[in-house]
Amino acid sequence: MSEYILEMKGVSKYFAHVRANYKVDLQVRRGEVMALLGENGAGKTTLMNILYGLYAPSEGEIFFNGEKVNIKEPQDAIKHGIGMVHQHFMLVQALSVIENVVLGMKGSKSPRLDLNEAADRLKELAAKYSMEINPWAKVWQLSVGQQQRLEILKALYRGAQLFILDEPTAVLTPQEVEGLFDMIRLLKSEGKTIIFISHKLNEVLSICDRITVLRLGENQAICNASEITKDELAELMVGRPLNNERHREDTGDDNPVVLKLEGVTCNNSDGLPGLKGIDLEIRGGEILGIAGVDGNGQRELAEVITGMTHVTGGKVTISGDDMTNADPIDIWKKDVSHVPEDRHKHGVVLGMDLVENNLLINHFRKEFQKGPFVDWKAIEKDTEEIITDYHVKTAGKNELIKNLSGGNQQKMVIGRALERDPKLLLALHPTRGLDIGATEYIQQCIMDQRNKGVAVLLVSTELDEVISMSDRIAVMYEGRIIGIVPPTTSISDIGLMMAGVEPDKKDDQE
Amino acid sequence: MPGSGKQAKTKLKQSLSSLLIGVVALLLALACGCLIIMIMGKSPLAAFNAIYLGSIGSKAAIGETIVKAAPLMLTAMAFAVTFKCGLLNIGAEGQIYMGGMAAMTVAQVVKGVPYPLHMILCVIAGMLVGGIWGGIAGWLKVRFKADEMITTIMLNYIGLQFANFMVTNVIRDPAASLPQSARAPESAQLTQFISGTRIHVGVIFAAICLAFYYIFLWKTTAGYRTRVVGMNQHAAHFAGINSKKHVVLAMFMAGAFSGLAGVCEILGLQIRMLQSFSPGYGFDGIAVAMLGNNSPLGILISSLMFGALKAGSNMMQIVTQIPTATISLVQGLVILFVVASRFLVDRAEKRGNKKLAKGGNR
Amino acid sequence: MAGFISTFLASAVRCAMPMFIAALGLVFSERAGIVNIGVEGMMIIGAILAYAGSFLTGSKWLGLLFAGLGGMAFGLILAFWAITLRVNQTVVGAAINIIGAGLAVTINRMIFGVNTVAPKINNFTQLHIPVLSDIPFIGHILFSYNILVYIAIALMLVLHYVLFHTELGLSVRAVGENPRACDTLGINVNRVRYGATLFGGLMAGLAGGYLSIGQLAVFVEDMTSGRGFIAIAAVVFGKRNPVGALLASLVFGAGEAVQYKLTAGNIDIPFQFAQMIPYVLTILSLIGLVGKTETPAASGIPYVKE
Repeated sequence: MSEYILEMKGVSKYFAHVRANYKVDLQVRRGEVMALLGENGAGKTTLMNILYGLYAPSEGEIFFNGEKVNIKEPQDAIKHGIGMVHQHFMLVQALSVIENVVLGMKGSKSPRLDLNEAADRLKELAAKYSMEINPWAKVWQLSVGQQQRLEILKALYRGAQLFILDEPTAVLTPQEVEGLFDMIRLLKSEGKTIIFISHKLNEVLSICDRITVLRLGENQAICNASEITKDELAELMVGRPLNNERHREDTGDDNPVVLKLEGVTCNNSDGLPGLKGIDLEIRGGEILGIAGVDGNGQRELAEVITGMTHVTGGKVTISGDDMTNADPIDIWKKDVSHVPEDRHKHGVVLGMDLVENNLLINHFRKEFQKGPFVDWKAIEKDTEEIITDYHVKTAGKNELIKNLSGGNQQKMVIGRALERDPKLLLALHPTRGLDIGATEYIQQCIMDQRNKGVAVLLVSTELDEVISMSDRIAVMYEGRIIGIVPPTTSISDIGLMMAGVEPDKKDDQE
Repeated sequence: MPGSGKQAKTKLKQSLSSLLIGVVALLLALACGCLIIMIMGKSPLAAFNAIYLGSIGSKAAIGETIVKAAPLMLTAMAFAVTFKCGLLNIGAEGQIYMGGMAAMTVAQVVKGVPYPLHMILCVIAGMLVGGIWGGIAGWLKVRFKADEMITTIMLNYIGLQFANFMVTNVIRDPAASLPQSARAPESAQLTQFISGTRIHVGVIFAAICLAFYYIFLWKTTAGYRTRVVGMNQHAAHFAGINSKKHVVLAMFMAGAFSGLAGVCEILGLQIRMLQSFSPGYGFDGIAVAMLGNNSPLGILISSLMFGALKAGSNMMQIVTQIPTATISLVQGLVILFVVASRFLVDRAEKRGNKKLAKGGNR
Repeated sequence: MAGFISTFLASAVRCAMPMFIAALGLVFSERAGIVNIGVEGMMIIGAILAYAGSFLTGSKWLGLLFAGLGGMAFGLILAFWAITLRVNQTVVGAAINIIGAGLAVTINRMIFGVNTVAPKINNFTQLHIPVLSDIPFIGHILFSYNILVYIAIALMLVLHYVLFHTELGLSVRAVGENPRACDTLGINVNRVRYGATLFGGLMAGLAGGYLSIGQLAVFVEDMTSGRGFIAIAAVVFGKRNPVGALLASLVFGAGEAVQYKLTAGNIDIPFQFAQMIPYVLTILSLIGLVGKTETPAASGIPYVKE
């Protein structure tokens, strides 16, 4: 038997003229945890989708247990014992846990589905890995962590030997990450092999045996985790030393308060309490960073400030005026700019051009109206200025925004938010999914606003980003602010707060 | 659609290519039609000749084409304006009934008002009631999240039954043996103003609606907001656009357009109202809108084309005994071929666009 | 009075059948995420093919077979356009309705001409089951139908089992909710959707056949008169499951039966309002007043494999 459970040799993938992978080699030993490291857009997921049969490679070969295999569809991958946990879980929310587990399995000879028997098997399997799961619960009732465990169980149930975990920690608290790592160690001790996709250096160094670094779709390096430092790894991943320093000016600390929230509560989209009494203040010239695991009320926080969600209690004050439950339009008119968390979902209209997308946050302004009509000339001129000022790479202002790269779309979104000289900037995950170059540029743009005296609310799940950018950090957990701490606080302390441990309580325990 | 030169040019290119596609699809569908006619043992040439005579062969024929195109254009806009707002309005048929019924009721009940005031009152009543009928579906959508496709279908039948109820009970002509209304008084009729044709004032109203459709959607702020709602509800919410208002507004406009189609049919052509009076314009409108790619020019051209086929097929049935239904079969095929070819063009374009597109990790 | 009630109930069941049969197929296509508003067109095609088939071959069963195949052919059109070409499903459905109506009339005129008296054909007649059919009252309500009614009820039980207790049924329900997840588990999403759509077409065709050679023995050019759309309503109202579809169809059938009674009995209530009942009920069920219905998450959205 070959030393390697998996070998991918010279794998390339072209999408039309985009080269997502170019002659990539990947060799994974049986029973090891192999990291696939690279920044956003480096081609990690593409490579794994090829392995899992979701994409056909343009060229290259795959060997499994030393034998050349031809994986044309996920069914082939599953047969070879490959299981993949996608970054966005592949679960059917309306079905039960056990239905999700057996979905697509052609196990028995009879077409009849014996869910009871399957549920027993699932429980056994879960117990073996010390997990608890109710086979009859509907998936939408599960927490994110539980859903991730269900995904792993799904693969185990199918007898997977090789697990692909695509950015599995993105949705977890630092403490949940530890739980996941325990699980990975357990799988490893059972002789399973794991490919761990990530762009987070610390995680990769702490859980993986070896690291394959991809950059711009090509192999950059293969190394042992024990023989490399974080800085070396970062440079391999990005191709140059990281520039984590943003130009920060002293803005003083007696600027007027721009945003003030007092005991704000609201319900989330499921009608459950989303915010449970938020108090915070942001002054001009400061960045208040919000740290927290996704889904702990960050979205609701931005939405109560922008008027997108109805406030059930408390008070929102912007520039001294009570804006509680004001119409979103009126909040835009208070010189509040909003960079939404999900660019494609909220931020842009993909089927419209740059001009029309610029109008999206300016349609109510008199300078872009002539009576009931749109003043197209004025908005076109404004758009051209944004394109120049923020270096948006585009064929022209009438290009559909969906034809721009992610980084340039985000530059447009940031640009139009800043072009209108806001007093308050809400930036949610402004760099999510972007490569390092675009990330650095956008972070500097936001820092420049702070330096100019704008009040900034920065929400990010990337703890590094929050720590390096913020003047103060508020940690959110289950709709509350657990504490507001200076950016000098240690990551592990912030991590505990992200898991719901209040700073003073922690002191009590010690 | 900002008026820059480059974009105007691409738009023009796009409409031209989609027009060309329409022609090819039409030819294919006609070929299928020929085949069917030949299977029936009739001569396609004779059929085409009759269609030609009935649609553009004479002044009267052109008039027929136009009076048939006008309601189609209106119901097409009724589909298109809601489609642009992200809705599927299958309810034009019911809106026609409600509009036509309301207009006839005003024509019968309101007395002593002179022409043209009476006629204008009838038109307003028809558009208003049609609009409300459409608006109800919009309201159900924003208030209860009820799927507008299903509710509009249901409202079609409720509207039809209600109109039939009015004809059999409220505005029935007691002298007639079948349930039908009395003739609308002259003061309420949409005057036929070109001698030798049946072209009536309603055609002018329809043209005004088409201009309104274009200006509203592409020139006004409200129209821009409507299109944002249609393309991305979440972005609309983010931008502070009141989607609910625009959904109801779009459904109301759609209902008003269809209502006017009903008024045209009742007060412009039939003059009496019978039970189940619509010749299916509501459903044909969906086809016309899709054929015209929901653009004002496209809707104008495709409604004229469908109007011509409708007018011509009546003549064809008289001359050759080939049923008009055969032509509506051909019309259905035109839609299928056009939407299919449009898919092929789109896919080719997407392939080209991907060059510029994301180099992302997918 | 008992006689009146049993006649009325039996009439309601007969009226419900065309909607019910079509709804059985629609349950599957709806669950798989395909919105088929072309049922009306598929039904009218089924109606003429069953009638013409029975007339030409002398066999009602062959007529029914033609009806099913005709409906299936239209199901194939819907599937190809909606799934493979990813065209808006409503538009394809609308086109199918136009084509179906046109083609049915064309076929009718080709075979039977314009002004002829409808020829007698071999049709399905009421089955007299010894003993059972003679039970007073009950016999009339339960055992006074043609064989197709019993087959349809049996089929409903089978389909209910398939949908909720087999791998196939699970796949159908899953592709309507999250096709991408199904794809990653090795389910061929488009194949399942094709299958469900073809089955929906088959049942719609058979429903049309029931109308022309089961319920009646004649073809009329607009004989479906909206029953296809009511079938859609029945599926929504019946919460997209086969048993629910039966109950919903019975309610709608009763509405239709009331209308016949009112017209025949010369009772002075406008029957149009009775005819509105099915549609009003459906709207009420959509807005959650008569039990909330959930639309599959991926309903109407074509699946694009990346």
